[in-house]
Amino acid sequence: MSDVDFRLTDDQRALRQGMRELLDGRFGREALRAAADADGLDRELWRELGEAGLFTLRVPEADGGVGLGLPEAVLVFEEAGRALVPGPLVATHLAGARAEPGSVVTAVWEEGGLVDHLADADYVLAGDGLLPAEPVRAAAEPVRSVDPLTPLHRSAGTAGPRAVHEAALLTAALQLGTAGWAMDAAVAYAKEREQFGRPIGSFQAVQHLCARLLVRAEPARAAVYAAAVTGDPGEIAAAKLLADEAAVAGMRDCLQVHGGMGFTWEADVHLHLKRAWLRAEQWQRAGVAEEELAAAL
Amino acid sequence: MELTDTPQEAAFRAELRAWLADVLPKLPPKPDPNDWPGRRAYDCGWQRMLYDAGYAGLQWPEDAGGRGATPIEHLIYLEETEAAGAPYVGAGFVGLLHAGPTIAAEGTPEQRRRWLHPILRGDEVWCQGFSEPDAGSDLASLRTRAVRDGDEYVISGSKIWTSHAEAADWCELLVRTDPEAKKHRGITWLAMPMDAPGVTVRPLRTLAGSTEFAEVFLDEVRVPVENRLGEENDGWRVSMVTLSFERGTAFAGEVVACRRTLRELAAAARANGRWDDPVLRRRLGRLSGEFGALWRLVQWNVSQGAPGPGGSVFKLRYSQARQELYEAAAAVLGPDALDWDQEWTADRLSSLSYTIAAGTTQIQLGIIAERILGLPKGR
Repeated sequence: MSDVDFRLTDDQRALRQGMRELLDGRFGREALRAAADADGLDRELWRELGEAGLFTLRVPEADGGVGLGLPEAVLVFEEAGRALVPGPLVATHLAGARAEPGSVVTAVWEEGGLVDHLADADYVLAGDGLLPAEPVRAAAEPVRSVDPLTPLHRSAGTAGPRAVHEAALLTAALQLGTAGWAMDAAVAYAKEREQFGRPIGSFQAVQHLCARLLVRAEPARAAVYAAAVTGDPGEIAAAKLLADEAAVAGMRDCLQVHGGMGFTWEADVHLHLKRAWLRAEQWQRAGVAEEELAAAL
Repeated sequence: MELTDTPQEAAFRAELRAWLADVLPKLPPKPDPNDWPGRRAYDCGWQRMLYDAGYAGLQWPEDAGGRGATPIEHLIYLEETEAAGAPYVGAGFVGLLHAGPTIAAEGTPEQRRRWLHPILRGDEVWCQGFSEPDAGSDLASLRTRAVRDGDEYVISGSKIWTSHAEAADWCELLVRTDPEAKKHRGITWLAMPMDAPGVTVRPLRTLAGSTEFAEVFLDEVRVPVENRLGEENDGWRVSMVTLSFERGTAFAGEVVACRRTLRELAAAARANGRWDDPVLRRRLGRLSGEFGALWRLVQWNVSQGAPGPGGSVFKLRYSQARQELYEAAAAVLGPDALDWDQEWTADRLSSLSYTIAAGTTQIQLGIIAERILGLPKGR
């Protein structure tokens, strides 16, 4: 058997399937819409995600974690992205066993910049350490967030965290989940919606929009999975770039395929698009990733 | 998920690298692009070196005279030969990558004996007579007619976009043998000697200035029935046995070459000061991420098994990225990009064919929409 192998092991498949089933049951469409109308995080769901290992997946078993690696983390984060789970998933995962089970850990995106879910947070990642959230909260101003599921504050004086590359990769995995959702939703709608007496998916212009969704998602998937295996900063920068594009441009095309329905608040399309915009600004923005890749040339 | 060489793969890579370091300095100088006899001799000479060293037909099955290497070993071959600056397959392209594998899959024992070995040794060059002036993307509407006359077919019609026609000994030809049948049905695959009476080759000059391909006119050309692969009227299926390969790993080596070009562009931009332009710098950075991901996508496709529709995704994305690469090269050069003798100008021109050749971008998008995504048949 070759070592250049993207095929998932049985354990990896089972892990992904387990997360998908958990989220299908626990965070389906109704829960998503309820979360969009609610104030604050569902701490019960947060605890369940923690119990399922989402935040301690890479903590060694001796320290009470699951003892798995980045490839496994990427697979479960992709599922969380597809289900559009709200909350500071990446920061809480980075905190790992340093925060007690059930804690919500967020991070300042950059010094003086935005910070998500600060009202719900117990801790804030800063530098190499973990700060109590309260003083950070006291110095921050709320911002009216474009993403209904991600409350934002503007921080003051708190440093951003280290370990940006791992965070960027996990964020890329979330974006990959959104890119997959965009493709599935666009294709399903194109098959079902009829105009001029036939499904709109039989029109080449619509077909090509849908095909482009796959053409963006597949290279992004190869980049994200490869970066998870190598952990190479350059490959992670590429993964974040491609996954951001697959998610953002993918959701724009998904919205276009949905026509007028896509522009409504009632359709879920805008929730996924707005989160894709948000994640594109987190951890490693396009300009930063491009400069990192250019510097290595 | 694993991305390192196994011990066997590492040994294959080391052996190949050592061989390349030994033989490449012995290669003759590259011929002029318009010197067809020179190009044929150069490409066939390289193929003979591969043959003598046991690398010919790397991924061909062993019973066809190949090495029976794994797809990953094939990727290692492409990676190493490109990194070492070894020649491309060149005039051997059709024989080694399409006609040969098709004959290996569908030929009788006599046909395999007659045609496979000379391809592997670089003794015979093949070209492909598929497209016609009125049958491009809609290949199955081809009209070149073959009429049975005793032990021979008599062929009249014309073919176009035939690469290496001027250098070829043989042409894998698709002809219509039953004009009454539905269009995919009445097609037959024949091996036609290019020196047969009635064959006229008229080179086509491309916008890149060279004669990369030709029109081939056929006027009552006689081809023996024994040159037919598969049954009469079964040629569409026969030709498709390996066609998806063109969209799979055929361009993998070029991805490695593009990554090298990108590093050369960065060096040139640093030297001429345009590197200080953050827009250009980031454009090159993004392309670096893109080509890195394309290489991973090749590995991904290979690890999923046989080349299939995943190749369409790669082909689409790669052809676009290659064009963007040479647009970025023009941005690095500035007005000097208008000087034909600058390093990347010829490649910029030839890159324009990438979204057209081997299935246009629009055809590929349709294939993805209907065959992978399952959307209803297009209009």
